[in-house]
Amino acid sequence: MSQIWLVPAFPLLGFLLNGFLGKRFGARFVSFVGPLAIALSFAQSLVLFFQMLEAEGNMLREHLYTWIASGNFEAGINFQVDQLSGLYLLVITGVGFLIHVYSVGYMDGESGYYRFFAYLNLFVFFMLILVLGDSFLLMFVGWEGVGLCSYLLIGYYFEKDSAAEAAKKAFLFNRVGDFGVLSAVLLIFLAFGSIEFSTINAEAATRLELGGGLVTAITLLLFLGATGKSAQIPLFVWLPDAMEGPTPVSALIHAATMVTAGLYMVARLSHLFVLAPFTMHVIAVVGATTALMAATIAITQTDIKRVLAYSTVSQLGYMFLAMGVGAFGAGVFHVMTHAFFKALLFLGSGSVILAIHHEQDMRNMGALKSKLPITYITMLLGTLAISGVPFFSGFFSKDEILWKAFSSPLGSPWFWGVGFLTAGLTAFYMFRMIYLTFHGESRVDSHTLEHVHESPISITIPLMILAVLAVTGGFFGVPHLFNFFPNGMESYFHGFFADIPSGHGSVATEWTLMAFSVGFALFAWFVASRLYHSGFDIAAGLRSKWEWAYQLSLNKWYIDELYNAVIIQPGRLISTHLLWQLFDQNVIDRAVNTTGTVARTVGNTIRPFQNGLTQNYALIFTLGTFLILWYVM
Amino acid sequence: MLIIFYIFAALSVLGGLGVLFLRNPIHCALSLVGTFFCLGAIYVMLNAEFVAVIQVLVYAGAIMVLFLFVLMLLSSKDSEQYANKWPIGKILAGLLSLGIFIQIAGLFNAGELQLGPKGAYPLEVVEEVGSIALIGRLLFTDYILSFEIIAILLLVAVIGAVVIAKRRLQ
Amino acid sequence: MIPIEHILLLSAVLFTIGVLGVMLRRNVIVIFMSIELMLNAVNLSFVTFARSMDSMTGVIFIFFIIVVAAAEAVVGLSIILSIFRTRKTLNIDEYNLLKW
Repeated sequence: MSQIWLVPAFPLLGFLLNGFLGKRFGARFVSFVGPLAIALSFAQSLVLFFQMLEAEGNMLREHLYTWIASGNFEAGINFQVDQLSGLYLLVITGVGFLIHVYSVGYMDGESGYYRFFAYLNLFVFFMLILVLGDSFLLMFVGWEGVGLCSYLLIGYYFEKDSAAEAAKKAFLFNRVGDFGVLSAVLLIFLAFGSIEFSTINAEAATRLELGGGLVTAITLLLFLGATGKSAQIPLFVWLPDAMEGPTPVSALIHAATMVTAGLYMVARLSHLFVLAPFTMHVIAVVGATTALMAATIAITQTDIKRVLAYSTVSQLGYMFLAMGVGAFGAGVFHVMTHAFFKALLFLGSGSVILAIHHEQDMRNMGALKSKLPITYITMLLGTLAISGVPFFSGFFSKDEILWKAFSSPLGSPWFWGVGFLTAGLTAFYMFRMIYLTFHGESRVDSHTLEHVHESPISITIPLMILAVLAVTGGFFGVPHLFNFFPNGMESYFHGFFADIPSGHGSVATEWTLMAFSVGFALFAWFVASRLYHSGFDIAAGLRSKWEWAYQLSLNKWYIDELYNAVIIQPGRLISTHLLWQLFDQNVIDRAVNTTGTVARTVGNTIRPFQNGLTQNYALIFTLGTFLILWYVM
Repeated sequence: MLIIFYIFAALSVLGGLGVLFLRNPIHCALSLVGTFFCLGAIYVMLNAEFVAVIQVLVYAGAIMVLFLFVLMLLSSKDSEQYANKWPIGKILAGLLSLGIFIQIAGLFNAGELQLGPKGAYPLEVVEEVGSIALIGRLLFTDYILSFEIIAILLLVAVIGAVVIAKRRLQ
Repeated sequence: MIPIEHILLLSAVLFTIGVLGVMLRRNVIVIFMSIELMLNAVNLSFVTFARSMDSMTGVIFIFFIIVVAAAEAVVGLSIILSIFRTRKTLNIDEYNLLKW
């Protein structure tokens, strides 16, 4: 027996303990229970992972109990571990554990410390349910659960207006996506009579025709859900605002785990998605556009966490690009490496923010290199990884995606071009961040500067572990090009995803493209160092020259304003004039008032009968007897 | 025999009307006792001696004495007629009662009464065994459960009456 | 033999008098007496039917009815006693507690 249920059970137990007893037993108890729950879960995940590798068909299943049985529809609480969820398990519990440890240092002394850990545990629980569930029902429970936890954690500082607003925004945008998922699930049930992933994947090709309307509708709706959860165009605007939450939350939920749930869903149903080439194309285009757009926004942001947030959106776009061109394995590979280096970068930024007393504006940083050596080195490694500098983890996964975007039958040189451009921009804004934060002259105010010191050990150790992973994680999936090293990713996922005919393109082309992208990234690094390392004259000159572009980028392409004008204002107008003043007041209120009036009138009419005169009651009683007798005889 | 029945019947109706029309409640009660006695006599004529005896003992003796006790306990100056609050009620009540009477009377006056099959106790048997012995036998065999339950009911009523009527301690 | 219809007619008359008493009299105790009168009317028809159908069941029923009537009288009179303590009257129109 594999005991899969233990994996989510530990975080749930942690949540219950922290949530109900945490306040009474104090911070020491909470900082012990919180990470321990995830550590146990991680240990069990490891065991399961290796059991899964041994198991027949690389699949472990466990039936806990039958939740709904109605007619021929049956939905149970069944857990399954296969290649995809196995990998996700390790990432969620592994990175999750590190971030829990980190939080012990980061959240030290915050009010509501126990609440934070309770939510964090609960989040991990739901995330595990999401990836372990063997059917849409259970996945949807997790899907909604992580959305709830995300809401609770973004709004952790709920006394701050901006945090409360951001939490609401995230929740509402996710809701739009959830609508898509639910509709898709209904359609799937109509088409398959089942909502189990294994059935859907196995029977997709026989039940649905390639490129048919139904499968396209299903996959587009699912993708709508994915854009909500994974912050893609058009629903990406909530993610940058989600940075109002504490930094560990940004690292865990809004970089490493929850936002990849959309990708998980697409990868999970790869056999369904390949039947809808149109949807695949939409995914690729949306992914590429998001990647580029978010990258252009990131280059002008001044809030360190917002840079990382847009970077996350951009990288998620990358992963969707990979999915869209049928490179599911490459996309999931990037999910993994991204989880490592983006969590690292977020935690590093948190360490910086903590050191200079909750200052997030990079214009007020600079020259922190010597003050925060460990943070600096680990973040630099993370930056190298995300920029795609050779032999760091990001290089392998990103290059794999770029190559697939170019060579896959679903890909095109345009996709490669967009990815290439994005890769350069990524390197640029990441090094801009590094230079603004750690190099040049200090712009930290002198009073704060005196107190700046390296973060405590519970923060630096997760940073170092993540740095190691960010550097080496890529060797899990070295491309074929370097044939001295086996491509572990490909053999790991062998036969799991839907097959896409292998691409065209020679080895020479691949080398050339790789050289281009690496060269471009290095060039972007160079430019960033020119612009931001010492003095900002050139940057300022460029900014005044390209004022409109600068404004466009700084204001995030005015997407929020667009939503405001197109959706919120008309919605408000309709609500005010039509729904409220016309419908609500004239129809609903009137109906309610009429009900009351009728009741009152009837009451007034028959009230005299209840006059307390017992003999009148007797009279009416006799009348009743009389009528009954009359009826009987 | 028949004449005696009609006399008793007329007397009992008279007693009932007394209850209806006499002003003083004590007079009402005494009039009702008269009715009960008359009914007891009719029971004897119907060969139901046991019923007649308990009619006189329990109704005329116990229950009506209780009524009189309570009346004397309470009605110091309560013999006057109370003002009527709703005069139309009187007319309505009269009409309704009349309606009910007509319906009941119509039941057995319109045609022959359809009685079910005869029971196992014709007059000869009853006279041979004796009505009291028969009732006793039935009560302690066929109706034993009801009998026990009615005993408990009586106990409960006694206790309840004591609890309700007891003067609350201030 | 007394004709059964005549006895039943007597029973109906007594019952109707009881009904009228309940609806017309205002003294609670007299109303109570009227109820007893109705019970007796019913008893009378029970005995009549028992006799004319050669059955003992009606007589047994009367036994139970009388017991119940006794119980009812006891409890009812004690309720009247206790209401009288607060209302100081036997007028049923003043017993309008049911109104609220």
